[in-house]
Amino acid sequence: MKEPMLEVRNVTKMFGSIIALSEVSCRVYPGEVTCLLGDNGAGKSTLIKVLCGVHQPTDGDYFFEGERVTFNSPREALNAGIATVYQDLALIPLMPIWRNFFLGSEPESGFGPFKSYNIEFAKRTVREEMGKMGIDIRDPDQPVGTMSGGERQSIAISRAVYFGAKVLILDEPTAALGVKQAGIVLHYIVKAKRQGLGVIFITHNPNHAYPVGDHFVILRRGRILADYRKDEVTQQELINLMAGGEDLVKLQQELADLLEEPVEVP
Amino acid sequence: MTTTTTPKSDERMAQVGFFRSLFQRPEIGALIGAVVLWIFFAIVTPENWVSINGLARILDPASTWGIMAVAVALLMIGGEFDLSTGVMTGTTGLVAGLLSARAGWPLWLAILAALVFALIVGYLNGFLVIKTGLPSFIVTLGSFFILRGANVGVTRLVTDQVYVGGIDKTVGFESARAFFSTGISFLGVEWRSSIIWWVVVTIIATWVLMRTKFGSWIFAVGGDANAARNVGVPSNRVKIGLFMTTAAAAWLVGTMNIVRLRSAVGSQGIGQEFYYIIMASVGGCLLTGGYGSVIGAALGAFIFAMAFTGIPFAGWDTDWYYTFLGVMLLVAVLVNNYTRKRATEMRAAAAKSRTED
Repeated sequence: MKEPMLEVRNVTKMFGSIIALSEVSCRVYPGEVTCLLGDNGAGKSTLIKVLCGVHQPTDGDYFFEGERVTFNSPREALNAGIATVYQDLALIPLMPIWRNFFLGSEPESGFGPFKSYNIEFAKRTVREEMGKMGIDIRDPDQPVGTMSGGERQSIAISRAVYFGAKVLILDEPTAALGVKQAGIVLHYIVKAKRQGLGVIFITHNPNHAYPVGDHFVILRRGRILADYRKDEVTQQELINLMAGGEDLVKLQQELADLLEEPVEVP
Repeated sequence: MTTTTTPKSDERMAQVGFFRSLFQRPEIGALIGAVVLWIFFAIVTPENWVSINGLARILDPASTWGIMAVAVALLMIGGEFDLSTGVMTGTTGLVAGLLSARAGWPLWLAILAALVFALIVGYLNGFLVIKTGLPSFIVTLGSFFILRGANVGVTRLVTDQVYVGGIDKTVGFESARAFFSTGISFLGVEWRSSIIWWVVVTIIATWVLMRTKFGSWIFAVGGDANAARNVGVPSNRVKIGLFMTTAAAAWLVGTMNIVRLRSAVGSQGIGQEFYYIIMASVGGCLLTGGYGSVIGAALGAFIFAMAFTGIPFAGWDTDWYYTFLGVMLLVAVLVNNYTRKRATEMRAAAAKSRTED
């Protein structure tokens, strides 16, 4: 049995009187994709914010590489090797690609007060790193705001991989993308996994999760609803779990009733 | 796939072209504006304008305004406003003036104390903006009125007048004057030494903005402070640092004023805060932050100095100067929006055609 790279045990997070997460436990292994599924408001975002140091758990333990840890800021988590690609990507639309890529971890040259940004290195590295992902950067000075959704995702992912992430947390990376663009992102998830990274892939789309996932955690109303390895669950079961089984049956019935209602013609 | 796209990408690099990349620079509008305005006054009033003396006259106000506009531009790129900058030039002068001419401190020590005071006020401005989450426009409007009242109030309490005179009789006045604001003869005319300060401040600010990681952080906190924080940029510290920078610039200009005029006036600088914001906007800074240029702001100050000196040269009523300010602001904001939109749309179209290849 492999050791988990990252583990939370009985983590609870309260915001005032609101319980956002209740006794959530989960494990992330290196070289595996752990899919975190759940509907809106299930607590996915809160859980990843705990994992990446934005929030501190109200209760429960957080282990990283076997050690009990407390991250007080995203920076601390990042330094430990936990990189997060946010839903809003943490990219600045008006800034060029190279500035975005190195934001917060700028390469510098020179000494003391005369340290300057190593721009040439930054531009070259961005072209190389994006090239590895099969994206040809024509002009590193291009503002990120003018790029497509898939390209922006891949900047954020390749940035995390470049800065030596051990665990990569991807928050809804395919949510706003078309089929083809989402396919590009799923490719990078598999690439990252094969490099030995532990990937946490947050999504509410089981069709995106199932092909790349090794391990599925389904959250509902702040609790773990189910936790399966891939061989324990089929794609259809996953879809049913996600939609909440009986809820889906109820919804289908309601919609059928609605269709049968006579239409009033004024 | 990669082998075929690599040479193609280099080919497309060349197509970006010199002019297009020039027109994507934020300061291009200010550069064109400066040239057009200079030619305009050269035609209207050639005998005063096209001379070394004319240039020295323009650069005199341009220099102190430029120092302020540069600091304000950095703050605006960082996504914030500071309405206390103008009055702060008066406050710092009064602090130094009261401590030296009234309390008998050596002038240099008084000037240093004024700097500390300015940095504290700048820090408080930034701290309040960060902690309350209120728009900086409101917070610094508050500090503007507080300082405006205190400037006159404290001065009147201490001196029974609204100005502090006799600064030229304090210890160290001559050396302070030589350091901060003096006249330098060159090419047969007298130039203000503040011009050198202006150039130095602009160069340092440009270097910081374009060539250091702090510069990247300024763009980032103005573009999206939250996103910047998420990747580890100390957004709050950057913003507070920028407020302290504008306060420090106000101290520099305030000090220049008192050593030049040999007195500090209670009403000094009031109303000028808007000039600086307009100059930075003319220089290409977006009012929403995240985009702009320090050189542009320096050019913006030059444009206003041309109007300020050119209008009386041409024999027109100086009231028109304010009308000019307003028109320039509107034109600048419209041009900024247009050029930025055009630049990004061009690139978006290129990006789109590329993904569809």
